[in-house]
Amino acid sequence: MKLTNKLLAATAIVSASASIANATELEVMHWWTSGGEAAAVAEFAKAFDATGHTWVDAAIAGGENARAVMVSRITGGDPMGAFQFNHGRQAEELIEAGLLRDITEIAEAEGWLDLVNPPSLLEACTVDGRVYCAPVNIHSWQWLWVSHKAFADAGLDVPANWAEFAASADALEAAGKIPMAMGQEGWQQSGAFNVMMASLLPSDIFLSVYGDKDADVAAGAEVASVFAAADAARSMSANSTVQNWNDATNLVITGQAGGQIMGDWAQGEFAVAGSVAGEDYSCLPGLGTNPRLSTGGDAFYFPVLDDAEQSAAQAELAALLLKPDVQVSFNLAKGSLPVRGDIDLSAANDCMQKGLALLADGALLPDPTMLITPDTVNQINTLFTEFFADSSISAADAQAEFAEIIADAE
Amino acid sequence: MAAKRPNQLFRNMNAKVSAIPMIVTALFVFVGGTAWTIVYSFTKSGLLPRMKWVGLDQYERLWGTKKWLVSIENLAIYGFSMLVLVFVIGFILAALLDQKIRFENSIRTIILYPYAMSFVVTGLVWQWILNPEFGIQNIMQNAGWQGFTFNPLYNPDIAIFGVLIAGLWQGSGLVMVLMLAGLRGIDQEVWKAARVDGIPAWKTYIFIVIPMMRPVFITTLVLVVTGIVKVFDLIVAQTGGGPGIATEVPAKYVYDMMFRNNNLGQGFAASTMMLVTVALVVVPWAMLEFGGKKKNG
Amino acid sequence: MADLSSTTLDGPRGPKPRRTFSRRNIFLYGTLLLVAIYYAIPLYVMIVTSLKGLPEIRLGNIFSPPVEVTFQPWVKAWGEACTGLNCEGLSSYFWNSVQITVPSVILSIIIASVNGYALANWRFKGANVFFTILIFGAFIPYQVMLYPIVIMLRELGLYGDLSGLVIVHTIFGMPILTLLFRNYFTSLPEELFKAARVDGAGFWGIYFRVLLPMSLPIFTVAVILQVTGIWNDFLFGVVYTGPEAYPMTVALNNIVNTTQGVKEYNVNMAATIITALVPLTIYFVSGKLFVRGIAAGAVKG
Repeated sequence: MKLTNKLLAATAIVSASASIANATELEVMHWWTSGGEAAAVAEFAKAFDATGHTWVDAAIAGGENARAVMVSRITGGDPMGAFQFNHGRQAEELIEAGLLRDITEIAEAEGWLDLVNPPSLLEACTVDGRVYCAPVNIHSWQWLWVSHKAFADAGLDVPANWAEFAASADALEAAGKIPMAMGQEGWQQSGAFNVMMASLLPSDIFLSVYGDKDADVAAGAEVASVFAAADAARSMSANSTVQNWNDATNLVITGQAGGQIMGDWAQGEFAVAGSVAGEDYSCLPGLGTNPRLSTGGDAFYFPVLDDAEQSAAQAELAALLLKPDVQVSFNLAKGSLPVRGDIDLSAANDCMQKGLALLADGALLPDPTMLITPDTVNQINTLFTEFFADSSISAADAQAEFAEIIADAE
Repeated sequence: MAAKRPNQLFRNMNAKVSAIPMIVTALFVFVGGTAWTIVYSFTKSGLLPRMKWVGLDQYERLWGTKKWLVSIENLAIYGFSMLVLVFVIGFILAALLDQKIRFENSIRTIILYPYAMSFVVTGLVWQWILNPEFGIQNIMQNAGWQGFTFNPLYNPDIAIFGVLIAGLWQGSGLVMVLMLAGLRGIDQEVWKAARVDGIPAWKTYIFIVIPMMRPVFITTLVLVVTGIVKVFDLIVAQTGGGPGIATEVPAKYVYDMMFRNNNLGQGFAASTMMLVTVALVVVPWAMLEFGGKKKNG
Repeated sequence: MADLSSTTLDGPRGPKPRRTFSRRNIFLYGTLLLVAIYYAIPLYVMIVTSLKGLPEIRLGNIFSPPVEVTFQPWVKAWGEACTGLNCEGLSSYFWNSVQITVPSVILSIIIASVNGYALANWRFKGANVFFTILIFGAFIPYQVMLYPIVIMLRELGLYGDLSGLVIVHTIFGMPILTLLFRNYFTSLPEELFKAARVDGAGFWGIYFRVLLPMSLPIFTVAVILQVTGIWNDFLFGVVYTGPEAYPMTVALNNIVNTTQGVKEYNVNMAATIITALVPLTIYFVSGKLFVRGIAAGAVKG
């Protein structure tokens, strides 16, 4: 009820000051529900409300739930004004079916083509030369988080790259540590594998596997070396009996585990625990081996609406999401990196600065989700969750299955 | 009553009118929805249901997918164990509670409360309790029992039984209450007569009381089996299907395919297999059970 | 056995226990105590966790009582947790859940009870075919029906409307409830029914004047099953309504299910317990009726 009152109040204020023509309510669906994420969304909403329109918030945690709701709402003829999605190949079908609005004109008017860095983000939004989504942030996966305490307890120096990290496994284990923390969920395990693919090999291999779906490369010797590394990671994480990624991160924070491969969002857990980068833990982009990031992230899509006023508000929202001040405030709250290279983010912390530097250098790869369909992504997830859970599956067998999945990929 | 026989169609008119919601639901939702699902299982529907015919492709992939085969096996193991144990535990608890004990109300409430709890979080709690690092195993080892190992969720061979522990925790309370109610419905005279004849209590339960409780068993059976076939959020919350794919189940396969893989066609194919199996078992059984003359079942 | 509701009223019927510290009693209470502990452990863990601060939870002993008791997680779960823009925790969704649950429970029970009555006492040709389909329907996983129902509701013009959601709950509650009511009404002595007919009562007359008054227990059972199911429903609530009508479980899911944010376990536990309070209250208040109701219904059926 309070919410309704607030909304009413907000509408009242808006209509009182309605010198701006056609203030409309626009429902925006997203899955940012944790404290930090909610604060970030609030930045968007604030900026949008300042235009005279009203942001009607529809937060639904969990990508699967959000997908079910989105498809239902669009099929049911009651689409929302905008929704968050990972940019990537997930939305392809909606675009083909003509359900999503072509925002190419807005993108051109706002100069997104020149601004968005890396350009692959906008490419992921583009189908047949038309732009269908607005990328808002960058999250990267390629981080190795290392516990200083664990290594000190084992009498070792903090490793600077994957090879050193892997070499210290036995000593860590002898000191009663779990060498590598890993949550037992497919997305975490295949995520770690993809990080190794991106970090331990030259990028053209990564691109020919995921970009060209070249099954021969996927079955080849280079990829075999990544599977060997994954095999090593499997034995290093054999005693990591947690499921959630943050429980795994907690093993690193408390020094029970040597390190963890996880995306930049793990940073938040260290921050909340009061750990200091460089003192209590280190973050190694590209596993310290090849500092290089793949740039996934979030984007907003806009269903085709019949209502002209709502469509106008939609366009305003799209343009607004990439404005410099909005990008800064949003990404600082979210702990992600902005999608345009021309803004100052000096308030960012240590690890984010490392990320920004890589972004500026262009040491980047596209995220696998931009290159392969969710179906393929999840087949790979299943493969790796099996691989990590069952040490009787040899690296070679897993690779053969991997190559098969890549061969079937569209 | 009218002397002339009214038209067959108008006989029982009120009953027919009042059954319209049921008929509509049965035909349009359950039959219609099932038919719709079957039709779309022959298509290449991804994120959206689309009429791109691919014949039996989805079924070929389905039966060539290890995750699906493991799911079926798990459902069989989980379903059988759950069915047997939930009835045995539910009945024994009910029989114990039926001994004119003190605190019956409190104990019954403690056993029933899990039924009200959302599994999103209780699944997590069971994850913790069964976790070797901070759960029961840890407690026992700290208490001096060093050799104690109890680690069901992280051993692929027995993980499904870890799920079973939580499933029983959630489901047995309802069965217990139904059984208790059934026991309360048995005429006191039956017990008296059995005692006079010198029949031991356990024999009275098995040969006299349980057969008399057939209807309550039927109601409970339907509730329990539908719960087993649809089991899904328990798994998602507790193991996510892992370790590996050791605790995958068919309903989760369907959900994963539909909303994670964006592969509706595959999800529909899997659910068609489930529905056909259910129909082959349930329809003949229900016709026998409910279709006979009045006053049974 | 004419007056069923009273024959089932009185207490336990098992063999009479001896009243000493007999071995039997020690075994009986000992077993029940162990069982009660097994059932209570998760609740204990949840309560203890909900009273700890996050740093204490990170230490990882899930069974230890809180060193420093804090009620902040409860306050946060109820009134402050942010789920997206709305930072009012579960409180602002509570009323939505009530608005969904009350009409859904009432409508589903009315329809299912009349169905059960028609099936038990006024069987018409083909009735059992529909009933069998209904029982089959109880086995269909909900997710599968999601999109077909979207299409049906769209065609009826009810998509995105509260009444659409009420209809969906009524549909999915129908199989089990109809079974429950059918068995109950079948179990009632046929003489009652015949006598009422001789007195000239018709379909509705018998339903309202004869059956309803003696069926309160089974209605209580149905209320409990439906309140639990509908109050805890997430999927239908989120798919068939809009943000202004989302039930409390959507907020619960938002609080609990964040992927990339910091996970606040204490708030999650508090939120789960708070959400369960409504069905728990129903169990508690109607505990006795629950037992009596099922006894009267299913047993004699």
